[in-house]
Amino acid sequence: MALPDQREVSLSAQALTQRFGPNKIFESLTFEVPKGQGLVVTGPNGSGKTTLLRILSGLLRPTKGEVRLNVAGKVISPEERLRHIGFITPELALYEELTALENLEFFARVRRLKRTKADHLALLERVGLKGRGHDLVGTFSSGMKQRLKLAFAIQHEPVLLLLDEPGNSLDDSGRAVVEGVAAEQKKKGVLIVATNDARELIYGEKTLALG
Amino acid sequence: MPWVEGVLAVFLKDWRSEFRTRYALNAALLFAVTTLVVVSFAIGAFGISGDLLAAFLWVVILFSSMAGLGQVFIKEVESRTFTALRLVARPSEVWAGKFFFNLVLLLGLEVIIIPLFFILLNPRVSDWGGFLAVLILGSVGLAGATTLIAAIIAQAKGKGALLAGLSYPILIPLLAAATSGTRHLFRGDGGAGQEIQILAAYAVVVIAAASLLFEFIWNE
Repeated sequence: MALPDQREVSLSAQALTQRFGPNKIFESLTFEVPKGQGLVVTGPNGSGKTTLLRILSGLLRPTKGEVRLNVAGKVISPEERLRHIGFITPELALYEELTALENLEFFARVRRLKRTKADHLALLERVGLKGRGHDLVGTFSSGMKQRLKLAFAIQHEPVLLLLDEPGNSLDDSGRAVVEGVAAEQKKKGVLIVATNDARELIYGEKTLALG
Repeated sequence: MPWVEGVLAVFLKDWRSEFRTRYALNAALLFAVTTLVVVSFAIGAFGISGDLLAAFLWVVILFSSMAGLGQVFIKEVESRTFTALRLVARPSEVWAGKFFFNLVLLLGLEVIIIPLFFILLNPRVSDWGGFLAVLILGSVGLAGATTLIAAIIAQAKGKGALLAGLSYPILIPLLAAATSGTRHLFRGDGGAGQEIQILAAYAVVVIAAASLLFEFIWNE
């Protein structure tokens, strides 16, 4: 997918408040992340890290406030935002009854990407799954599934990449893959990482502490 | 055409998935075959009237579809692939892909159910063209309504009861028309022209309603 003018990418949140019934998760969060920067969201369990990322992605509407993803001078609507972002979270799984290659082929087709089998294999190699393309995802270890989710998130070269606990289940080489993806993302757009792992604080120039 | 490609991608993904897991097909087929065999043994040599046979045929089709067709969205939620699908696919492509999957699944099921029904219960049909029209249009309406309701209840608790509870009131006009049309054709007392018109109208209304409502359901 050809990217829009990447010199003009930014994400801003204005006075975000989220409540679930009587429970206030967070209130009046305001921040802006320009292209080339990463924001690391930290906080104890239940502080709303995953909820914040779901709101930023467009999957969840905030109780109050607004999120704006600006690409090449245009504000992308929440519905369209889904197509401009890459997102991995523990709540998301890929199709276990399909192979890794079939998963990537399916996602490429519905994302309307022109990708060849060689492109998919190269992406799998990039996340450390070389030679595993024809294996069913159901036979993968949790670390391998996390690597495939990373491939799913970056397949369309998103302008906004949201990583919720990206180091989950990953060994040292897997963490190196995440580090490479994070560095690459900041050259092209915006990166947001939610984590409680001190090793992952390096992905952001800014930190937002919740809770 | 990108939209058609998106629909086809969802349809083929669901079929590939179904061939490997038999998630929906086994549930629907097991119900249909068991019911047909049990009823045919229970009836034995007595035989039953065309009125009852028509009702019985649509009861089997209805409950088989409840057992199998509702799975298209429930499976996405239970296997946590729902979020991935929301991130990549346009709502109208998801609905259409899953509707066509359910329709083909239902018609495939009927390819097994109908011959078995005729072998075991031996009804007479006065007009095969009319019978096929009732069956196909009824299946389109049934698949369309079930797909839409399955999307509504997919993220709720107690999905099985909810699917049945929400579906039946919506399916009553379809079941009434399909049963009435089939009854006329089994009794040989006239055609099913009026019922075919009702079934065609029902299918159009369900597909139009789904096109308008699905995006809202999918994004909420």
